This record gives sequence, C-alpha cells and structure tokens, in this order.
Amino acid sequence: MSATPNLRMGQEPEPWIEPGHSYASVTDKISSAVLTRPVGIGWLAGFALTFSIVMVLFLAVAYLFAKGVGIWGINIPIGWGFAIVNFVWWIGIGHAGTLISAILYLLNQKWRTSINRFAEAMTLFAVACAGLFPLLHTGRPWMAYYMLPYPSTMGIWPQFRSPLIWDVFAVSTYATVSLVFWFIGLIPDLATLRDRAKKKWQQMIFGMLSMGWRGSARHWHRYQSAYLLLAGLATPLVLSVHTVVSFDFAVGIVPGWHTTIFPPYFVAGAIYSGFAMVLTLAIPMRAAYGMQDFITRRHLEQCAKVMLATGLIVAYGYFFEFFLSFYSGNKFDLFLTHQRLHGPYAPYYYALLLCNILTPQLLWIRKVRRNIAALFVISLVINTGMWLERFVIVVISLTRDFMPSAWGRYSATVWDYATLAGTLGLFTMLIFLFVRGLPAIAISEMRELVHQESHGNGGHQ
Amino acid sequence: MLVLARSPYITNQRVTRNQPVQFSHKHHVGDDGIDCRYCHTSVETSAYAGIPPTRTCMNCHSVLFNNVGYLEIVRDSYRTDESIHWVRVHRLADYVFFNHSIHVNKGIGCSTCHGPVNQMPLVYQVAPLNMGWCLDCHRNPQANLRPKDQIFNMDWKAPANQEEVGRQLATEYKLRTTAELTSCSTCHR
Repeated sequence: MSATPNLRMGQEPEPWIEPGHSYASVTDKISSAVLTRPVGIGWLAGFALTFSIVMVLFLAVAYLFAKGVGIWGINIPIGWGFAIVNFVWWIGIGHAGTLISAILYLLNQKWRTSINRFAEAMTLFAVACAGLFPLLHTGRPWMAYYMLPYPSTMGIWPQFRSPLIWDVFAVSTYATVSLVFWFIGLIPDLATLRDRAKKKWQQMIFGMLSMGWRGSARHWHRYQSAYLLLAGLATPLVLSVHTVVSFDFAVGIVPGWHTTIFPPYFVAGAIYSGFAMVLTLAIPMRAAYGMQDFITRRHLEQCAKVMLATGLIVAYGYFFEFFLSFYSGNKFDLFLTHQRLHGPYAPYYYALLLCNILTPQLLWIRKVRRNIAALFVISLVINTGMWLERFVIVVISLTRDFMPSAWGRYSATVWDYATLAGTLGLFTMLIFLFVRGLPAIAISEMRELVHQESHGNGGHQ
Repeated sequence: MLVLARSPYITNQRVTRNQPVQFSHKHHVGDDGIDCRYCHTSVETSAYAGIPPTRTCMNCHSVLFNNVGYLEIVRDSYRTDESIHWVRVHRLADYVFFNHSIHVNKGIGCSTCHGPVNQMPLVYQVAPLNMGWCLDCHRNPQANLRPKDQIFNMDWKAPANQEEVGRQLATEYKLRTTAELTSCSTCHR
C-alpha cells in the first residue's frame, strides 16, 4: 500500500483510526460483535420491528400473486409506477458499496477500509430489494426465466434490442460480482472468527466459510491478486449498471426520457444516494457497537464530500435537462418541463429540488460535515430526494405523453406503499442480521491500517 | 435439462395409447386406402379435423365384420347413441389456437405433422409439438409446402427442387410474410 497524500496542506491529518489500537484490540473489538457480545434489547427490538415489516412485504407479495398487478396503482398510460421507481432507487443505493470497495481500492484510498465491508453488504441487500421489483412487476414472476437467453423448446429468444434485457444482464452481473467480491474479502476475517469462536457450531460454520484459510504468505499473495482482479472487474460495473438502467428510459422516445445526459447523471445520482445510505447506516451502527474509533468523524466527512460532489453533478444534470428542453425547441420537451414546474405533480418536482440540490449545499460548511446528527438528517433527505427524482422521471413523463388522449394520472395504492415499506424492512432486517452474523468491518484490513498508521504513511511495503 | 425437455419422455413422442376399440389406421388407411377426409370430415373447413361419429364406422361395419366380438363396443355405441371415448393422442396447450383448415388449405399435408399414419396400427405422436417445432416451419414454410393434390398423400416426399417449388407454392397460396407467421398473436390470441 502506498501513501494517501494529505490534501489539507499545513495541517496534521487526522488519523483514519483512533490512536492506541493494536492488532489484537482491533480484532477483539470487531469480532466481539459477532462472537461474544450478548444479544441486546435494542438489536432484538430492531430485528423484531423489521421482521414484522418483512411480513408486510410477504403479505403484499402474496396478495399481488393472487390478484395480479391490478392491485397497484399502475394502469395505461402509467405502466411503470412504484415498481420501477423503487427498482431504480434501490439499484442506485447499491452503487456506493461498489465504488467504495472497487474504485477507492484501486485508488489506494485508505479511508475505504473501515466502511467497505458493510457498504458491500449494503450493495448486496439493496440489489436484492431492487431485483424483486421487476420480477413482481412482470405480474407473472414464475415466467421470469423468459428473460434469460437459453435454447428453449419454444424456439424464441429474448429481444436483445430491448434495454430491459440489457438490464437483466447488467443487474445479474452486478449482483454476482458484488457477491463474489464481498465473499473473497470476507475469507481472512471468517478464518479469524473460526479461530476465535468458542462454540462448536460457530467453529464449524466459520470453518466451512473460510475455505481452509491458514493465512500463509502464499494465501495472502493469491488473495491479494484475486482481490485486485475483482476490484478491476467491479470498477466498470459502477459505471455500467446505472448506465444501462438509464437506457431503460433514454432509449425510449418519451419526452423527458429521450436524452443523452441520462447515463452520467444516473450514475452520479446512484453514487449520491448510495453514500447517503452509507451514512444512514454507518451513523447508528458506529454508535450502537462503539465503533467510533474505526469509523471516525473524518470518514463521515469524507462521505459527505463525495455526496456534495455527486450532488453537484446531479444538479448539473437537472439544469441541463431543463436547459435542453428550451434549447431544443421541441414542443413536447418544453411541455414536459412546463408540466414539471406547473403540472399536477409539480410539488414532487419542487420537493426533489429542495432535497437534492438545496439541502446538500449545507455540506460546503465544515461544521455541518462534522456534525453527526446533521449528516444523518441530510442523508435521509437525500435518500428521499433520490426516490422523488425517479418518481418525477417515471410518472410525469408517462402521464404527459405526446397526445392529450394518452394523458393520465397516477396514484399509488396501499399495496404500492406496503411493498416499498416492505423492501425497506427487508433491507434493514438483513443489515441487522449482518452486523451480528459477520464482521461488519474488515478486520484484516484494519490490522493493516494499524500497521500503516503506527509506521507512518507509506511505511508499509 | 435442455436435452430432457426435448426428449420423448417430456414431449410424449412415439407413445402409443390404448384405445377403447382396436382401431388400426394402418389397416384402414394403408391397406384399404380410405382417404383421411372420409372420417375427419371437417379438416378442410374447421379448426378441428373432427372425430367421426359411430355412424361413420357403421357405414361399413353394419355389413363387414358385423359379428366379431371386438367391434361389439362400436355396435353398442351405435345402439345406445353413446359416443366411443377415444383417447386423445395429439394435445396442444390451451393457449395455442391451432387451426387445421388453414394449414391444409395452404399446402401443409397431414403427414408433415402426423407422420406416416398409414403405417401406424395404433396412432402415436411423431412431432415434438413444442413451440420451437411450430416456429421451425413458420419461419421457413417453403420446405414443407405441397401441391394441392398431394395434401392427403401419406407417402409424399419433398422433391429435389423443393426449395424452388416451395417458393412458387408460397406465392400461389398467398402465404403471409414470415414476420406475420411468427407474430405472437398469430397463434396466441
């Protein structure tokens, strides 16, 4: 590992880990959350709450399967509705995990170390939630395999010219690579847990999962090559997945969708919402498990800076959408912009501007970036804003098509909300299970960090 | 899996069915030379080829073999007006709208799908009847088009210049384009 240059000139950088930690204390602290810490009332209550929300999801899905997609608010002309809004939102949230684990790794950013593990877990859980929506939206999820290209007896293939099929490949590749990357990264830590576990069943489970890791030099050598290669593989995915998701819209000719700015602005938006979700999760987690030493204020500040930067890209995207509708002189685009500002869904658009453009401007102020409560609130606001963005894109465009005869209105039903809330519950429940079942911070990488910090920047290797 | 899906185990190809009466297509078509349409009367005009009523059997069997025991079921059916419960051999999925008349009238012969029925003592299914098999022909119907007078010929073989003849026949029969023939709603309405 080489040094991370200190960008704040003339000022001693804050450490990435609070001083006084040794290899053993790091390992003790992180592994205790899994192995020794008793199940607290807070965790139990949280788990029970989220588990009951997952039951709501099951109910909503069961009713959906029994009755069909008619229970949702969708109808012609608004065929997409909440399902696609939620899909794009969840997929976007996943992106921060991949960015942190892959791109920041390749760029030797040391601050990724303490947040990469749970950010990757967040990615996986978010992708799982996202993946549910298109399946449910088909109305016949048991036919979902039709989307896979395999030599079927029907003699037909998926429509490869459709971006919806590209989505299938983009998202499934993303899920697979993220899972493998996450698991490979976990192996040394799983071995640590195996060695520290006192109970037989824990030893057996972690023993199996650690796949015979002994920590020999050869193991480490191969591990690091594999990790580097996977980081390289995952890097293009950070950009490609949301690009392909944006094609779902941009390839269509619907006003407000058919624009080339969509891919970059979707990717930026994805990373924006992803980092917001990282903060939403990291802030309570570090408080609950006393991880303030590892996930320091400086880490949170760093996330805030990424949010500010990507938020500005998103603002640029909004501005150019707005500008281009005038610049193009296309009357349908102009009308759509008019509808965003003055139409029946205008409050959503203004709320979106408030959440996504105005609120993050607070992050220019250092005091705000270092105020944990403020960061938590801002992260929630941004998550809401990004959801609103997808709502504006999907609903306003579909309700205000080319012909007045094709116009309509959309309002979500209780089942739409139940499904959205249900996936939020599922996501949070998985996070609850994750923090108790696996090391939420990469132990081996933290030990490396301890070494680096104690031997000065760049002392290692 | 992919092989299994195409195997006779799944498609039911070459499985003979026990019928209530030991009716032999080999004997009636192959030996006696009865035309398909003598029994399957509606094949040229309707979606269903038609299963003959017992009266059709009795046209001959009131005189021929009118005492043999194994035809008692037929005579009984004739007396009581209770249909013979033939066992279906070719079954398409409910969501497929198959029409016999359009195929027969546009140059597809019986044996193209049903095989050499004149050699089958008990009828069995020859074709896999899966969608890929339907589409093979809908994408390239020329390979199987016959002249009008060959439709009911069980022994028809494609001539060496079928490619050329098929194209001519396609024009003559005014076949729809491949795009129309392979459109979803052509078969799934």
